Amino acid sequence: MAHDTGHTCKAVTPDLHTSFMFERFHKFASPPHFHAFARTLSPWLFGISALLFSGGLVGGLVLAPADYQQGDSFRIIYIHVPSAWLSMFTYMVMASAGAVGLIWKVKMGDIVARACAPIGASFTLLALATGSLWGKPMWGTWWVWDARLTAELILLFLYFGYLALQSAIEDRRAAARAGAVLAIVGVVNIPIIHYSVEWWSTLHQGATLTKFGKPSIELSMLMPLLAMTLGFKTLFAAVLLVRARCEILEFEQHTAWVRELTTVTEAR
Amino acid sequence: MSNAAITAAGAVLMRDLQRAWRRRGELMQPLVFFTITVYLFPLAIGPADDTLRILLPSIVWVAVLLSMTLTLPDVFAVDHADGSLDHLALSPHPLALLVLMKAAAHWLSGAAPLLVLAGLLCAVFGLETYTLRALLLGLLLGSPVLSLIGTLASALTVGLRGGTLLLALLTLPMYIPVLIFGTSAARNAALGIPVEAEMFLLSGLSVLALTLTPWATAAALRARLG
Amino acid sequence: MKSLAEFFAMGGYATYVWSAYALAAVVLIWNIVQPLRRERQLLRSLGQRAKPRRAAP
Repeated sequence: MAHDTGHTCKAVTPDLHTSFMFERFHKFASPPHFHAFARTLSPWLFGISALLFSGGLVGGLVLAPADYQQGDSFRIIYIHVPSAWLSMFTYMVMASAGAVGLIWKVKMGDIVARACAPIGASFTLLALATGSLWGKPMWGTWWVWDARLTAELILLFLYFGYLALQSAIEDRRAAARAGAVLAIVGVVNIPIIHYSVEWWSTLHQGATLTKFGKPSIELSMLMPLLAMTLGFKTLFAAVLLVRARCEILEFEQHTAWVRELTTVTEAR
Repeated sequence: MSNAAITAAGAVLMRDLQRAWRRRGELMQPLVFFTITVYLFPLAIGPADDTLRILLPSIVWVAVLLSMTLTLPDVFAVDHADGSLDHLALSPHPLALLVLMKAAAHWLSGAAPLLVLAGLLCAVFGLETYTLRALLLGLLLGSPVLSLIGTLASALTVGLRGGTLLLALLTLPMYIPVLIFGTSAARNAALGIPVEAEMFLLSGLSVLALTLTPWATAAALRARLG
Repeated sequence: MKSLAEFFAMGGYATYVWSAYALAAVVLIWNIVQPLRRERQLLRSLGQRAKPRRAAP
């Protein structure tokens, strides 16, 4: 197979501004550049997320008053909502990156997509577990047949399918490409699944009881939620960069620049 | 679409149907599996129990989905084994069209017999006519989705060790919307509630699958075959 | 202002709330530690692979 630099060289438009932007983003399609960029950026992101988490935890656990109906158990929201939101967001990133890798043959797309999957699956598991822990004192059972929680469970199956497919196919690039098709189909499926599960959960149920419905939320309770969500998000970005670095090393292990990098690290 | 493409598509369809006919003994196996699965439930529940009558449409739907996943690996596995899959992928004709024909062949040889058997079993179990009609119509309207998405999963997992199980893991979550609407239709029919909404939704899903999955399956084949 | 004991009791929901936060800690720490370790292992193993070639005359 011909030497693959990880991006295709396309004719650049003569316009100065767009060609500058093109150059800027085009650089990130190159694994060595992305690797260096990821190494510089991830410590900052870890730091920012640590700050956000501290603020969010203090605000959520200490400062926010107990809920009128749910008492202190509502504080699980500060874990449940961000992890559920991130689980969806990660899938979107995974599918988008996969699409970039599939359609424009950009290797970094494949790499980022593969890196997303374990993160997304773990967030989905956390969302489900915290959902159960939140539901149990409220409704008495460990599992609640709530539309959103059920849809989250199906999302977990989608992640497992993606991960299983990745480990079953030996060639990393072929695996990433096949995974991209799966993830894109998954993205189209997700709204359909959400709608059908909504439909299902209102069957024979007269007045709709959305168990994890959206109550109006007070500001002192909302602020920590925003902080925690942002904290989760920046942590996701930081972890993604680390995982991407690992994937890059594995994808590019036979290239000269990785050899340089690893011998320098060895020598240290 | 060129004449050559249509001829090629027809050829793919006919070849698959002929192959299915030659292997008709093997094609019985998913049907047997379906029957066994359905019969497990009265054995698990109890013969005189009213629960069985209420649950029967849902049981049949689930059994259909499980049996489908057993019919799906062969959509591409046989071609992959004898090398003709590469020929298919390298063909000058639109791969999406050819792949659509493979899904159609699967529907005719794999899905349709299952639907007929489902109807027969339900009649044998004494399911009332109105519910039976809703069940069968739902299966009919939803089955293209099952074949189309199944063909996609078959392309993704072709030639992999443990591919059949992986195929089931990939397909079943994507089957859930069809399952929900199909069983909702049958259960609502039993209660005398009109079921047009479910039928429209199932038809809509089939049309959507028909439009989108051939391209995805072609992309999946190209991704796997390199 | 709550006392420390009241804080840990979480209005009677202590098991649920603290289990949820403990799980979150496990998941987040795993997400941070596992890739970093893998990166170190990769750099080491890829570096060792390159070494014999360099040592050859």
